[in-house]
Amino acid sequence: MLAALVCLPVLAQAQQAAPLRVPYTLDSLPNGLTLIVHEDHSVPIVTTNVWFHVGSGDEKRGRTGFAHLFEHLMFMGSEHAAYPQFDRLLEAAGANNNGSTTEDRTNYYEAGPASSLRLMLWLEADRMGWLLPTMDAPKVDLQRDVVKNERRQSYENQPYGMVGDIAPPLMYPAGHPYSWTVIGSMADLSAASVDDVKDFFRRYYAPNNATIVVAGDVNTDSVRAIVREYFSEIPRGPAIERPTPAPFTVRDTAVTLEDRVQLARLYLNWHTVKATHADAPALQLAAYVLAGARTSRLTQALVYDAEIATGVQAYNDGKRLDGDFSVVATARPGLGLDTLQRVIDRNLQRLASDGPTARELEQARNVIEAVFLRSIQTVSGKADQLNEYYYQSGNPDGFQEDLDRLRSVTIADIQRVVRTYLQAPRVMISVVPQGKQTLAATKQQVTP
Amino acid sequence: MIRHSLMLLLLAPAAVGAQAAFDRGKVPAMPPAPKLVLPAVATSRLANGIALQVVTQREVPLVQVSLAVAGGSRLDGAEPGLASFTARMLTESAGGKDVNALQNELAFLGATLNASASWDGFYVSLNVPKRSLGAALDLMADVVQRPAFSSADVRRQKSLRAAGILQRRDQPNALATLAYNSLLFPAGHPYHNPVDGDSASTARLDSASLRRFYERTFTPTRAKFMVAGDISAAEATQLLGARFGSWAAAGTPLPIAPVSAQPVANNTVKVFLVDKPGAAQSVISIGGPGVPRSSPDYAALVVMNTLLGESFSSRLNSNLRETKGYTYGIGSRFGWSPVPGAFRIASGVRTDVTDSSLVEIFKELRLIQSAPVDATELARAKAYVALGIPGNFETNGQIVAQLVELDTFGLPLSSVSQFITRVNAVTATDVQRVAKKYLPTDRATVVVVGDLSKIRAGIDALKLGTSTVLDVTSIAK
Repeated sequence: MLAALVCLPVLAQAQQAAPLRVPYTLDSLPNGLTLIVHEDHSVPIVTTNVWFHVGSGDEKRGRTGFAHLFEHLMFMGSEHAAYPQFDRLLEAAGANNNGSTTEDRTNYYEAGPASSLRLMLWLEADRMGWLLPTMDAPKVDLQRDVVKNERRQSYENQPYGMVGDIAPPLMYPAGHPYSWTVIGSMADLSAASVDDVKDFFRRYYAPNNATIVVAGDVNTDSVRAIVREYFSEIPRGPAIERPTPAPFTVRDTAVTLEDRVQLARLYLNWHTVKATHADAPALQLAAYVLAGARTSRLTQALVYDAEIATGVQAYNDGKRLDGDFSVVATARPGLGLDTLQRVIDRNLQRLASDGPTARELEQARNVIEAVFLRSIQTVSGKADQLNEYYYQSGNPDGFQEDLDRLRSVTIADIQRVVRTYLQAPRVMISVVPQGKQTLAATKQQVTP
Repeated sequence: MIRHSLMLLLLAPAAVGAQAAFDRGKVPAMPPAPKLVLPAVATSRLANGIALQVVTQREVPLVQVSLAVAGGSRLDGAEPGLASFTARMLTESAGGKDVNALQNELAFLGATLNASASWDGFYVSLNVPKRSLGAALDLMADVVQRPAFSSADVRRQKSLRAAGILQRRDQPNALATLAYNSLLFPAGHPYHNPVDGDSASTARLDSASLRRFYERTFTPTRAKFMVAGDISAAEATQLLGARFGSWAAAGTPLPIAPVSAQPVANNTVKVFLVDKPGAAQSVISIGGPGVPRSSPDYAALVVMNTLLGESFSSRLNSNLRETKGYTYGIGSRFGWSPVPGAFRIASGVRTDVTDSSLVEIFKELRLIQSAPVDATELARAKAYVALGIPGNFETNGQIVAQLVELDTFGLPLSSVSQFITRVNAVTATDVQRVAKKYLPTDRATVVVVGDLSKIRAGIDALKLGTSTVLDVTSIAK
């Protein structure tokens, strides 16, 4: 599901927007690899976007951060494309590349001139099938250091950065796939060994656990032929068993962090639902109604009416297995967080009892439609979204369905999800300047 | 009903026909890269002379309309932040609507409308689905021509800006940039102060001074429109002409004076340290004065910098990230604005290798100056620059950004083809020559923001040059 919201123009009475369509073809190889091809001849570029259906949620305790560390190792060379050829060959062909890891999947993508397609697919095939022969301890040690720096840059060396580290174990019970960060802990990163890497590769980096999207100025039949030629030899891997975590209720919690910050900041987090749950669209719209625009409920109340905050964000993060909703508000200089908490709760209660107005709902829908339009402007954006929709539902062109689900959310739906999910219990984190514990928020009795 | 082409095929692995067997051990042969085809730009003028450039592309029913007005923060004079705050205030109350009504209408139309200032100009950018273009342009016309600068809006935004300025003290990258620019560009040079100003200049902002500044800077004689998306040149001219064709200057424009102040030219390396107790990383900036974009060495410098620090395989990244593991990333940049910016190498490195990182950075600066690059490396950098250009012309926003940037230098879109020709002609001798001429190796300004209790001794032991500690409150004012 698209997380970002974009504005969409209002529909004239007599007009109906043409449905969003991203045409594609889908093929399955005997080894389980899925190929999706989308032709777009508007610019002579091509992108290759590979999803492996493995993420930090598949890690074991004691080896957190492993899926992401492994992502780094996929750039360290393979049997027929020795390090550092991966990046160098692509640059020499005028192409860029990168990858990313989340709780649920790891993606790898290249984008460049249409002429560079065979190079992209050759490199992806080689690291899917021939990574291990060149994997050794020095490579693991090096990327371990790089990842630790990445962690420092995002967590330890950022104001408020450590909230990202303490929130997952507060939101999810011990052992739950989402109870640790994607980046992992320094201790677990230090413990990762070459044997761990090889086991992980054999288990998860197999064609039956992968989907490739090729999008851009290509010929579908040519792409199919090349993929067949390059990838068929790679053997199928084991079937992957994923236990479903037990249902749980989050424990009502309040913690305080002191940090080198000028302004106190309040994080409120609630346990919600996975991305494909029927309530997810209403939660996404509720986030917009609360803080998506200048005139949204919390933005108006906190930043412009009471002027007690410098900014506020609301976000519903629906993942594959589960989800969470957060409201983050930064206090004005010297102000304490209980004031912010009270105003937030009052507005949540009002939204639950009265709902958004019809105009607010229509505005949210228009915004979302414009986001969808913007998301299909680039072949890279389309490719990644095709992969995401396919993983969620088996239908790569889920754009119009997704949009329809969002547009069918009613005022009553929004009231219901605010009542059901955004009251008690919740996890509250106060970040305060050093020595200013008194600015922290205290647990309130939240009356539904 | 869902109509999409879905074909499920099972592909058998057996090869068919008399093709050569695929040799996985060889880099696959590739066809030549597609020839560069730049988008067609239609030009016209509104009744009052405002120039208009339009690129039509109809893949997605969206339109981007950007107004560029020459001027920007270099007109701040004695009031740092004045230009950027004036721009910010345009999208508050305007055209007789209060800010909430205006913002609500924009959001309802699915439009985003932003106004900002850079060193060289003011930019008002609208992005909206085609269906609502007319109504959104009405609002854009209001903000550009009839901003209210109401005292209530001004008071609120001043307060928010002041809070943001305060927060810079916590942010190591912000501190590094503030320190670096204030050291490299002396007082009196426009780049000495941040675009957003400081807390004292923010406190002095008021409606009257904002309106006076606006009347003398937002003038149609300096304005241009760049449009890209689901619209023809004729339609764009008609829609913009109806709303902006009568726009007249409200005051005598502030002269855009040439900048006579020069960046500081050291004759030795100078080190400046900013304490961030407990920092897990040190944020390093190293560099010196930049180069005018009009320089005949521009293409050679772009290639040299790609090799040095503007690609993943660059010298700096290959060394400090991929060999040593000191950092998650390191890069080098030239500031190419019309008043030349700085050359700067920037990175966040693990605290305990701060001194070693400085050693490696200077090593790479010396190496690219002292030894010619090899043919493979040179070809790779040239191809990366030249062949990557079509990828910058995909979205409406990208196309408009290219047009705006080129226009800042008075260049037409066709100059991109000439640039590519020049890039392809750069030699290893050129790279070494420009590296020697422009890289500030023996006279660099070095700024390190980190935990001085851990890093100072190691840095001083390197004896790079004079060393001065700067106070955070003197940098983030």
